[in-house]
Amino acid sequence: MISMACNIAGVSMKNPIIMASGTYGFGREYKEYVAPTLLGGIVGKGLTLHPKDGNQGVRINETASGLLNSVGLENPGVVAFLKEELDEMTRWDTAVIANIGGANLEEYVQAVALITENAQKRRTMNRRGVDMLELNISCPNVKQGGMQFGVQTEMARDVVRQVRNVTTLPLVVKLSPNAENITEMAVMCEKEGADGVSLINTFSAMKIDIRRRRSVFENTYAGLSGPAIKPIALRMVHQVAQAVSIPVIGIGGISSVEDIIEFTMAGAAAIQIGTYNFVQLRAGAELVEGLEEWMQREKVNSLDEIRGII
Amino acid sequence: MAMIISNEALTPQIYVMKVQGDYNGKMGQFYMLRSGMSYPLLPRPISIYDIGEHDISFLYRVVGEGTQQLSKLLPGQEILLEGPFGNGFPQVEGSLSLIGGGMGTAPLLLAAKRYPHAHVYLGFAEQSFGVEAFQAVAASVQVKIGGSIVELVNPAHYKYMFSCGPTPMLQALALQTVGTSSRLYISTERHMACGIGACLGCTIRTRTGNRRVCKEGPVFPVEEVEFDDLHGM
Repeated sequence: MISMACNIAGVSMKNPIIMASGTYGFGREYKEYVAPTLLGGIVGKGLTLHPKDGNQGVRINETASGLLNSVGLENPGVVAFLKEELDEMTRWDTAVIANIGGANLEEYVQAVALITENAQKRRTMNRRGVDMLELNISCPNVKQGGMQFGVQTEMARDVVRQVRNVTTLPLVVKLSPNAENITEMAVMCEKEGADGVSLINTFSAMKIDIRRRRSVFENTYAGLSGPAIKPIALRMVHQVAQAVSIPVIGIGGISSVEDIIEFTMAGAAAIQIGTYNFVQLRAGAELVEGLEEWMQREKVNSLDEIRGII
Repeated sequence: MAMIISNEALTPQIYVMKVQGDYNGKMGQFYMLRSGMSYPLLPRPISIYDIGEHDISFLYRVVGEGTQQLSKLLPGQEILLEGPFGNGFPQVEGSLSLIGGGMGTAPLLLAAKRYPHAHVYLGFAEQSFGVEAFQAVAASVQVKIGGSIVELVNPAHYKYMFSCGPTPMLQALALQTVGTSSRLYISTERHMACGIGACLGCTIRTRTGNRRVCKEGPVFPVEEVEFDDLHGM
């Protein structure tokens, strides 16, 4: 009997396929193409304490086997998310993961405290709240905040520690490939009480408009995602999975069932799909179905059988 | 996957692709098209040019590798398409003009079919294309090659105007419309990734806040649009 089920930090998921932050909105836009209930989980659009307009100018640009983005965390803010999006998301039988960013330490702490308080209040009313938090210390596309926390371990330690102090919700920290030492960063997260790590976020990258003789992006640099980064993401997941005992969620250019298997073999407890959602509108359904077929064909009853075998 | 019926070059850079199947869509809406090759990754947003009983057509210009790949597809080959997406032009009653510039003529053909009484203005930089399709359905078609098509349009004569084309042309038309009671709707363009409003890659700033070109657009009432944000795209 095949089971794709997995458990990340106490949250049960029917399969390890999670939609990555920033690529799936809050799930609403995709629901007529992929039934949310098919998915292991959905990470909502990156949230900040206050609403954010995002970056001006070009936000998306395609590159060889990849995608550059400079959206700049446009989002409605935590309060609007709790009021306008969460009810619908929690009606779906899929894990609801809130991704949190911040311009400074206080913003992270306040945003996480608000979501935690909301989840507790909903629990007393027998209603589901956010199932898990994903702390974004790795967004390269905002001038202030985001990645500055994700590069240096000591800076990140403060955020993880203080956030851990104000929440009882399962806490996953999303790591940046731009970190000085991603393994050290992951070990620190585990020590500070994180329940898991997810990696990788986008690489800081660049494209120049030679006609206009300037960077394509207002912020000069943008975040690179997609198949181009997959081999590097895989290596990083492999390194981190060997260094920590908390679950590792693999992210980075995953575009096929074979990619999911590779990440699992490298030690990932679950994976997130990002850019591939834009390539294939029904990516979630295609991969869930494909993974089950692969397991049947290869006579793998549980992904535990192949997890971390490399 | 859908089968390509024809993929003809109207000029060395402009193609019309006809795809088999029963498709729907309103004037000004678009589909996301992808050849199925692994590169480029993303589908390309292309506005609906025409819809037949069992086919749909797209007029497109070869500008980059995505459209280059589309142009190489042959009849009988398959293509991936999803849609229709976007809001499209509104349903209106009363006098109407359709003003298109270059590739911006593409999303106006369905409007010309829907409103045969509309006056059509088509402007091209160097070489016209697709004019016959408009002449076949519209009572009045004016064409200008070189210069500005906007000079031929008197907004005061129309209750509504639908326009699509280069930003300077749209801005000139907007300026010309100031002080008249004519209502101008323009179709905008932006790089897109998801096409359905999830990624926020195509967001533009408008007078009423951020709007997604793929979801709340691509058609906006001109008074909402901040032209500064459209330039240089």
